[in-house]
Amino acid sequence: MTVKKLLLATAFAGMLAGAAHAEVAIKIGVMNDRSGIYADVAGEGSVVAARMAVEDFKAAEKGIKVEIISADHQNKPDIGSNIVRQWYDNDGVDVVADVPTSSVALAVNQITKDKNKIFLVSGAAASDLTGAQCSPNTAHWTYDTWSLAHGTGSAMVRKGGDTWFFLTADYAFGHALERDTGNVVKAAGGKVVGTVRHPFPGRDFSSFLLQAQASKAKVIGLANAGGDTINSIKQAAEFGITQGGQNLAGLLMFIADVHALSLKTAQGLVLTEAFYWDLNDGTRAWSKRFAEKHGGKMPTMVQAGVYSSVLHYLKAVDALKSKDAAKVMAKMKEMPTDDPLFGKGQLRADGRKIHDMYLFEVKKPQESKGAWDYYKLLATIPAAEAFRPLKDGGCPLVKG
Amino acid sequence: MFELLGIPPQALFGQLLLGLINGSFYAMLSLGLAVIFGLLNIINFTHGAQYMMGAFAAWMLLNYAGIGYWWALLLAPVAVGAIGVAMERLLISRLYDLDHLYGLLLTFGLALIFQGLLQNQYGVSGLPYDIPEALSGGRNLGFMFLPNYRAWVVVASLAVCIATWFVIEKTRLGAYLRAATENPTLVQAFGINVPRLVMLTYGFGVGLAALAGVLAAPIYSVNPIMGADIIIVVFAVVVIGGMGSILGSIVTGFALGLIEGLTKVFYPEAAATVIFVIMVIVLLVKPAGLFGRTA
Repeated sequence: MTVKKLLLATAFAGMLAGAAHAEVAIKIGVMNDRSGIYADVAGEGSVVAARMAVEDFKAAEKGIKVEIISADHQNKPDIGSNIVRQWYDNDGVDVVADVPTSSVALAVNQITKDKNKIFLVSGAAASDLTGAQCSPNTAHWTYDTWSLAHGTGSAMVRKGGDTWFFLTADYAFGHALERDTGNVVKAAGGKVVGTVRHPFPGRDFSSFLLQAQASKAKVIGLANAGGDTINSIKQAAEFGITQGGQNLAGLLMFIADVHALSLKTAQGLVLTEAFYWDLNDGTRAWSKRFAEKHGGKMPTMVQAGVYSSVLHYLKAVDALKSKDAAKVMAKMKEMPTDDPLFGKGQLRADGRKIHDMYLFEVKKPQESKGAWDYYKLLATIPAAEAFRPLKDGGCPLVKG
Repeated sequence: MFELLGIPPQALFGQLLLGLINGSFYAMLSLGLAVIFGLLNIINFTHGAQYMMGAFAAWMLLNYAGIGYWWALLLAPVAVGAIGVAMERLLISRLYDLDHLYGLLLTFGLALIFQGLLQNQYGVSGLPYDIPEALSGGRNLGFMFLPNYRAWVVVASLAVCIATWFVIEKTRLGAYLRAATENPTLVQAFGINVPRLVMLTYGFGVGLAALAGVLAAPIYSVNPIMGADIIIVVFAVVVIGGMGSILGSIVTGFALGLIEGLTKVFYPEAAATVIFVIMVIVLLVKPAGLFGRTA
């Protein structure tokens, strides 16, 4: 397999007349899945988002020269680790952004700590990144398995879904999501009646769905993502599982998945997202600009998170006029976060970025007013409740 | 009521049936590969991409031309088969005298190109393709709910497999084909246009892949990487069955579907690996494959 490497944007510093002399030069590496099942969720869209952050921040005018490169980790930890080592050791990369697929992100997390660089996670979900494996060099931006579990999990239990069967992608992310959701269900008085772990990525889920059906659980929790979730939902409809009275809970779903499923199949699903293009004027304006640059596709929360994290990073670099990893991380945690996509928020000591999360229901086809009009808002989960309390994560960086 | 290793028999029947359904895709795809390898001596790595193109052709027919599923079953294989014929004429036919590796590299490269082009255009999340009206719904068999469409897939693929086997092993045309692979010069001397025969065989093998793609479109989302996932498994099926053995690939396809289905019940984590474990064992014990002849 070839490792695709694209050199993407370089042309900022010193080009504008009257621009300040470039004092800091930064290289950001956006690494994600560019060809596999998460490529629509992250992929090139995340690179577009990172570039927009640099443009919107007017980095060049502020004397910050930014170069963005990207690579495909193919959802494989060994490939991802090699790329990141190469980036840090030979290519002068200062920051790695995005990195969906938790198994890869956990590897990058460790390397980044060893090399004292900065890792802005948007795509990966495992809450371990700010828990037991937290790092002073990592900021976990968009969502995590804890917040997804609490959003969708508690909503389903409240609706009466007190027995669960998990269909879990067999790697770090699936395990973390299953664990965190299971805890929510049990804490709310529910029961987990069974679990089946499918190979990642999977293709045919009918066998697992039949096992879930036989368990008679009220809720089938899909602890997988991207193409795996799409196929699970599609095949659940085919096997009459939802008609039989069992409910599906897509524990990590993106707007790109709903788009691929079509409203006819996806309608009624309850899901938790950190971002939706149609939340307010700020998100609408940004998403419209994004879609123009990205083939008409609306941004996913992963891509929005890449924008937001790169923007905040640049603000910290600008404030310090330095790219020293420890100082920049301290500054990022000290300054409140604020951007049109996620509103006001904060980066905590354990590296967790907190902001509001949203519980959505997928619209019925007749409720949708046009392309990409997919969600209705059920509830806003305030930032303070949306993420795992600082003291519960077991992160060694949190004192007392 | 007896239980087998904690699984009630009803559940087991259900899983076996599902295994058979998955096996029918393996059988159809490995059949095409076996035909191509048996008659052309080409390891067709484009097979997965051609399966994917079949699904895409069905989707395009529906969305750009308004042509539904039933016509797509016919038109998509013909269209993709025609692309295959062009490939054979322009590229593959130049490699017959060279080592297998060249054919493998060429077809693998072509697969990446097809996949990349469609991915660039349509992304990887997949496109929705509905089950045709006449086959939607399903019936309760007592031990499981069987969607009508899946039942149709098993029946259709069995019919196609048997028909193909019959044509190649039992008819005059099949005899020509087999003779042409044994000794092309001699067959040519009898006045049979061997290059054309080989070209059409390749087109037919590709058409089989595309047909499997159309059958798969309503079940799995239509996406550019659907072929890359399945092709590796299908190659394992062909190796286990014996390279080039028509009957071997059909039987092995269904059998491995069943074994994979059972693995999904007893040890789901190994479902993706079990076929390769079997492949290793078969290669150790019978290097030519279960149905293969040693050269």
